[in-house]
Amino acid sequence: MSSCTCGGQVEAKKEAALQKLFDRYRDYKGGLIPILQEAQNIYGYLPKDVLRRIAKELRIPLSKVYGVCTFYAQFHLKPRGRNIVRVCLGTACHVRGGSKILEAAKEHLGIDNGETTEDLKYTLETVACIGACGLSSCMMVNDDTHGRLVPEQVGKILDSYE
Amino acid sequence: MKNLDQIRQKYVEQYRRKLGKDRIVVGLGTCGIAAGGNKVLQAIKEEVASRGLDVEIDFTSCIGMCYCEPVVEIALAGAPSVIYGNIIPDKVAKLIESHIVNKTPVYEWAAIQIPGEAAPYEGISVMEKFPYYEKQVRSVTSRLGRTNPESIVDYIATGGYEGIEKALQTDKQAIIDEIKKSGLRGRGGGGFPTGTKWQFVYDAQDDKKYAVCNADEGDPGAFMDRSVLEGDPHSVLEGMMIAGYAIGADEGYIYCRAEYPLAIRRLNLAIAQAEEHGLLGDNILDSGFSFRIKIKAGAGAFVCGEETALLNSIEGERGMPRVRPPFPANKGLWQKPTVLNNVETYANVPFIIRYGGDWYAKMGTETSKGSKVFCLTGKVNNTGLMEVPMGITLRDIIFSIGGGIQGGKEFKAVQSGGPSGGCIPAEHLDTPIDYDSLTALGAIMGSGGLVVMDETTCMVDVAKFFLNFTQNESCGKCTPCREGTKRMLEILQRICEGEGELEDLDTLERLCKVIKNSALCGLGQTCPNPIATTLKYFRSEYEAHIIDKRCPAGVCTALKVYTILEDKCTGCGACARNCPTGAITGAKKEPHVIDTEKCIKCGTCIPKCKFDAITTA
Repeated sequence: MSSCTCGGQVEAKKEAALQKLFDRYRDYKGGLIPILQEAQNIYGYLPKDVLRRIAKELRIPLSKVYGVCTFYAQFHLKPRGRNIVRVCLGTACHVRGGSKILEAAKEHLGIDNGETTEDLKYTLETVACIGACGLSSCMMVNDDTHGRLVPEQVGKILDSYE
Repeated sequence: MKNLDQIRQKYVEQYRRKLGKDRIVVGLGTCGIAAGGNKVLQAIKEEVASRGLDVEIDFTSCIGMCYCEPVVEIALAGAPSVIYGNIIPDKVAKLIESHIVNKTPVYEWAAIQIPGEAAPYEGISVMEKFPYYEKQVRSVTSRLGRTNPESIVDYIATGGYEGIEKALQTDKQAIIDEIKKSGLRGRGGGGFPTGTKWQFVYDAQDDKKYAVCNADEGDPGAFMDRSVLEGDPHSVLEGMMIAGYAIGADEGYIYCRAEYPLAIRRLNLAIAQAEEHGLLGDNILDSGFSFRIKIKAGAGAFVCGEETALLNSIEGERGMPRVRPPFPANKGLWQKPTVLNNVETYANVPFIIRYGGDWYAKMGTETSKGSKVFCLTGKVNNTGLMEVPMGITLRDIIFSIGGGIQGGKEFKAVQSGGPSGGCIPAEHLDTPIDYDSLTALGAIMGSGGLVVMDETTCMVDVAKFFLNFTQNESCGKCTPCREGTKRMLEILQRICEGEGELEDLDTLERLCKVIKNSALCGLGQTCPNPIATTLKYFRSEYEAHIIDKRCPAGVCTALKVYTILEDKCTGCGACARNCPTGAITGAKKEPHVIDTEKCIKCGTCIPKCKFDAITTA
């Protein structure tokens, strides 16, 4: 087995991006949430060390950083899949059978709501409304919204993502 | 002061030139894209290129007819615009062949036409006469589905930024008076008079003030603000600029939920364009007024739609509500006087300034002026976005505009105002809607989401659904909301499992009252509404769950009993072949029966039956 050698480079790139982020937000009022959002974009989630770095750079207690990131549903402390599948269970989707879409996604991916597949390809989540109620039932995969779904379509849509 | 006359003239010409060509326009709001609008646009581009046609291809946002997305508009020079619904890529070739090449609309696919000054086509409904639009007005939504939302040319050419131009030459107090005169009330749900709110901030003495836009539209079933942001982002910016000028703020924030990536992208683009044109930044139009707008993306917390929680979130804190007073008008963002309005409220402002408060106040009821944008969804034929005058009845919205209930089923209730609202039954369908009449029914106007429910919707399940939502989203700061929602949810779960008792209903009613009176913020104070209204109007359904252990709508799984209707069953055997547990038996061409001991209530059999012979009620 050959071992991967690009790991170091990737890490260095991420580190540089993080540093840039701190420089940009250093004097920005209320910068904690945008920093967390962008750090999560860089790393895919918020690793412990990154939270420590953020606390140090912003000169605020780690407990506060942790408090903010656990308050908001968007922040994740565990690695996530490359593709984020969000099945809508808002009111309109609820009355039009959104839970059946969720069941179909669960079955297709073999994971439960809130879990990530072992190959880190998919993370399955639910969302309380993505505002496409006119097309319910719907789900989002990454930034793409898929509407007017029936359970039979779910597998094919999910498979179309790399 | 400089004015926009020259640039407006240039853009009007540019806009007219665009309208003067043969045009194809695709609706690309989030809904249009979700229905496949981008693929349709691609197919149109390819078809036009392969035929070598000279056609302007453009895109717009959502015209409101979500039920027939993707929507494509085709207009030949000097002829009416025809709006086609349900256009999939396979239909594109025929559409272009017929409408562009042979100059004949495809009548069977056309939804409506907008003739403008041209003679209308025979056989296609004119927009104003079409049932979906007949009772609508289009003011805040006038550009939605009509202009390119990513083009400042389109905005300025259609009267955009006239409001701020006029405002900058007007006394600040006079602007606030005009807003007061219009009777505009907060469109985010609370319905507080906008002019009065501005007056408080204007009167507050401080060296720094803020204008904040609440675009954290989190109510499930609501997408008015998304549609406005995606369809007419400049109007929101202009409204905020006018507010900023009137109250003396030089900085504004738009707090937009992260689930709306397209809205955020279009807002960023609009801000960049406005800055390029000198409409945002320092010394706007040489008037001495400076104003900047920043966007803050939410991070996924429903409670941030509450104004003080939203301010905390902008400041980078946990989005928990603050104790009021002090109100944001005195101590808001970073403890400075702050005016906070929602998207639709701001989008109304440029129109009020352009046409005057009296013009606006002509529409609506005694206490609720103007128009309101609603989103009609759920079990109704025509789902979509609509703008209607205040005072219209729910019946008009659901049956005239919405085209009635899907599949000819029976209307049961309409849920207004999301998790803070209530379920309104059929006997109140003729109530003219305004802020006060809806509150009297136990519901609220809310932001404008209307979810229609039919006989197959279980009202106990709906109450449980909303409570599950608020319970999840409760921030935990105050006890009544944190603990109270949990206890109510437990009771509802028990009832849905068939383990409820009649005393539970009294406990629920008592909890509703206590939480309403004692919770810290709007989320807690209004979260009992779905339960209180369903208890009030649909008590018999609760009782059926408790006493008869039966879910009349056949929704609550634990209470479902699958049975085959003897008179409808033809004995085809489709259900029996698909039953995973072999619970269905019967001789060929004889009515089958379900063994309830073996039945796992999976529901596989129901869609397999072509004769609607299986019931769960």
